[in-house]
Amino acid sequence: MDIAELEKIAAQVRRDAMRMIYMAQSGHPGGALGAADIFVALYFAHLRHRPQPFSPTGIGEDVFVLSNGHICAAWYAVLARSGYFPIEELATFRRIHSRLQGHPATKEGLPGVRVATGSLGQGLSAAIGIALGKKLLKDSHLVYAMIGDGETNEGQIWEAALFAAHHQVDNLIVITDRNYKQIDGDTRDVLNTDPLEEKWRAFGWDVLALRQAHDFSAILATLNEAVHRSGQGKPIMIIAYTTMGKGVDFMENDYRWHGKPPTSAEYERAILQLPATLRDF
Amino acid sequence: MRPRLTDFGAKDTRSGFGAGLVESAERDARIVALSADLMSSVKMDAFAKRFPERFFQCGVAEANMIGVAAGLATTGLIPFVGTFANFATGRVYDQIRQSVCYSGKNVKIAASHAGLTLGEDGATHQMLEDIGLMRGLPGMTVLSPCDYNQTRLATLAAARIEGPVYLRFGRPAVPNFTPPDDPSFQIGKVQVVLDGYDGVIFATGHMVWHAIQASYALEEQGLVIAVVNVHTLKPVDVEGIREWLERTPIVVTAEEHQVHNGLGDIVSHVSTQFCPRFVERIAVQDTFGESGKPDELLEKYGLTARHIMAAVDRALRRR
Repeated sequence: MDIAELEKIAAQVRRDAMRMIYMAQSGHPGGALGAADIFVALYFAHLRHRPQPFSPTGIGEDVFVLSNGHICAAWYAVLARSGYFPIEELATFRRIHSRLQGHPATKEGLPGVRVATGSLGQGLSAAIGIALGKKLLKDSHLVYAMIGDGETNEGQIWEAALFAAHHQVDNLIVITDRNYKQIDGDTRDVLNTDPLEEKWRAFGWDVLALRQAHDFSAILATLNEAVHRSGQGKPIMIIAYTTMGKGVDFMENDYRWHGKPPTSAEYERAILQLPATLRDF
Repeated sequence: MRPRLTDFGAKDTRSGFGAGLVESAERDARIVALSADLMSSVKMDAFAKRFPERFFQCGVAEANMIGVAAGLATTGLIPFVGTFANFATGRVYDQIRQSVCYSGKNVKIAASHAGLTLGEDGATHQMLEDIGLMRGLPGMTVLSPCDYNQTRLATLAAARIEGPVYLRFGRPAVPNFTPPDDPSFQIGKVQVVLDGYDGVIFATGHMVWHAIQASYALEEQGLVIAVVNVHTLKPVDVEGIREWLERTPIVVTAEEHQVHNGLGDIVSHVSTQFCPRFVERIAVQDTFGESGKPDELLEKYGLTARHIMAAVDRALRRR
């Protein structure tokens, strides 16, 4: 798939996420907009995956775990648009009787989700377990996970960091959504995580920096480099320098858009910046 | 006189787990095991030696261990995680809740050194709230076997159950009195260890043996009190408990756990729904333990045969 096509899909995914959050009057727009390009790159141009029929074990395909589950609006849009479930279902986001829970869940059977996430710090450990399972079961496919940079406040992340390096979980590629924002403010004000690349390196991971985290050529090149470095004894960390709220000017780099829906006036301003490029749900 | 149960010799229940784990793994290649730097204490060393490629040492990092187990289960493997009951529950409650139970993962949580009888390490390590924590989680099966042989059988059974299981056992050597392949042990069913008609003692874990001793002593006073082993604390055998409540108004519960949220609450819950009875509870009375030898602790905190007999006496006087 060419870059223009990926950009077109990403534009629609941002619009989907904004509409979902506005319709639900609930959700996390900032992170969803910031990670949309990476989700699109993964699902439309990188992962070796099989949307239908969905396999809960993920054996025989690459597996992705979203550890920072709160940004799921954009992930759900990507899952739907890459064939995991009907795009019409996006309209049920965060509503009663929906498979699209406020944070990703397996209980309702939403295709694409293999472990519940939301309470932070847990999805990375699960991804490591899936990677170890693949090794035991002689499945050469890779496991991918995304974590938030605020999420790295959680102690479990560093337990997982030690464990994956110690056990040489080298079929694992983790992406940190490094937007320097968390609920209460800038990461440097809330609980400083700098220098993040050095931390992961010190924990024994192979670390790549993705400076242009909204440029599909750069995203794909970094993902390919990560694949190239897999199987060499180290888990791989991509620190992706994303822009929270990317694509909506008044949301960009403003931590207050972590977890609140837009008002109708704000929505009108936002959606004008996110024109439809594909069919709306 | 009822027949006397034979004590085949003192053995620790944790070793029953260790034996059951190796046996399960021999039968089923999907079984893997994880330990948080307590491999020997929890008796997982035989497994680790036998199946090194299926064993994952996690270090003192229990939260990650639970998550890794959930991931292994996602791929279709059957992970057993082993550590002390305190670190297997309270420390990782949210990980068990979200990554295991809410995610519907087939993870077995093997919790050793439960209760006061952990002994000298003291209250920091004496987990007395775990049954309550674990039985509150949707989808969790909670097992609390009474001796070595039963812990081995419970481990074999846990491996066969589809879904999360909490398996509780202990540290000290205690009488091993159930048969090696006891056909009367069935998950989800209460087990009549001693029949009787003047009253019933529901007991779980180590307290089953103490209840048996109380029942024998009461028999010499002319009272024939049944002992019912509630080894499955979830799902609750509502019918099994109800039958006994309907049979007799003398009801005592005995558990090495806090008085709240454990076996006493389970029996009382069935009682209030189907057959109102006074329920006398032998349990730790909403306090923390302390260092000491297991027998000294059971004596000080009111968990011996003598205390159970006194509870039966109280029940008789309330009738």
